[in-house]
Amino acid sequence: MAWLNVISLWMIPVLIGFILLYATYKKVPAYESFVEGGKEGIGMAFSIIPFLVGMLVAISIFRASGALDAAVNFVKPAFDLIGVPSEILPLAIIRPISGNAALGMTSDLISVYGPDSFVGRLAATIQGSTDTTFYVLTVYFGAVGIKRMGDALKVGLLADLVGITAAIIVVIYFFGY
Amino acid sequence: MVNYIWVGMTLIGIVYAMFNGTMEQVNEAVFKSAKEAVTLCIGLMSILVFWLGIMKVAEDSKLLEKVSLMTKPVVRRLFPEVPSSHPAMGYIVSNIMANMFGLGNAATPLGIKAMEQLKKLNGDKTSASRSMITFLAINTSSVTLIPTTVIAIRMNYHASSPTDIVFPTLIATVISAIGGILIDRYFYYRRKRKGRE
Repeated sequence: MAWLNVISLWMIPVLIGFILLYATYKKVPAYESFVEGGKEGIGMAFSIIPFLVGMLVAISIFRASGALDAAVNFVKPAFDLIGVPSEILPLAIIRPISGNAALGMTSDLISVYGPDSFVGRLAATIQGSTDTTFYVLTVYFGAVGIKRMGDALKVGLLADLVGITAAIIVVIYFFGY
Repeated sequence: MVNYIWVGMTLIGIVYAMFNGTMEQVNEAVFKSAKEAVTLCIGLMSILVFWLGIMKVAEDSKLLEKVSLMTKPVVRRLFPEVPSSHPAMGYIVSNIMANMFGLGNAATPLGIKAMEQLKKLNGDKTSASRSMITFLAINTSSVTLIPTTVIAIRMNYHASSPTDIVFPTLIATVISAIGGILIDRYFYYRRKRKGRE
């Protein structure tokens, strides 16, 4: 465990140090380059705002109205049928949509069922092995002004489905049901 | 597609609230989440400014180019439309690496830069190119070597071995990445058959 903390603690500072050292060695004016590159970040952050506001408002309306819970209850029988505990369902649905909500749900499931329970481990694995598709899509495409997403959303959501299915199978295989 | 999902989520939510008696919560959600989104963007700005600055240094010193040349054989196969010496390649590789090491903060600015370069390659069109969709597929199934946040949560709740999910998570994420790439390929060839690519 200790080495893990050390690695995550050291990684970013060492990376920054290495990049700056390499630039100095190559006689690149590091500070000037830094400022020039950093300027871009300001405009970028502003350009994302409308995309993120739109997406987050829609998601939270859907959640606050209780429609999300209803959807979860609706598909629950199908999950029970294939032996996946339905406690995990809200997380599986929310994971691609909202990263913060998913993180909240994961810690909730772990605290309620215990970190070493099947549900607790499954929640942790799902949280760790997939990413928030809607966020990535909104931020990445929003920042550079892509309006027509093509198949991107479909591909992303299907990949999430594969990821969650894989997580369920892997956890059953490693820790038993 | 996004338009329908966006309108759909909002409308279903509002209509459902009418019958469910949750109008008050919906009202609150609208303003709270709008504010949250702006706060999120402002928070993102500090990270964007810092990492884009650092990455510009890496770019100017040709370090980025070096990294992308090293991983060329693998990444070139995933992005056949991106010339291997193009700056997009460097950003794509750095983004994937940042994700791998769980540096989510660093990954976002790099991902945006990669998108910017891919857009340039695509003649500045506002529609997503093949490479962009592939890049997104890889990103949404981001391969993480060490899921630090999850480990931290498990430690908080006194798991007997907080890191015992690291290996299962790695396998699951690799499967989802491979799945994502295959699904992306499938949709690409489907578009091609229909003459849209």
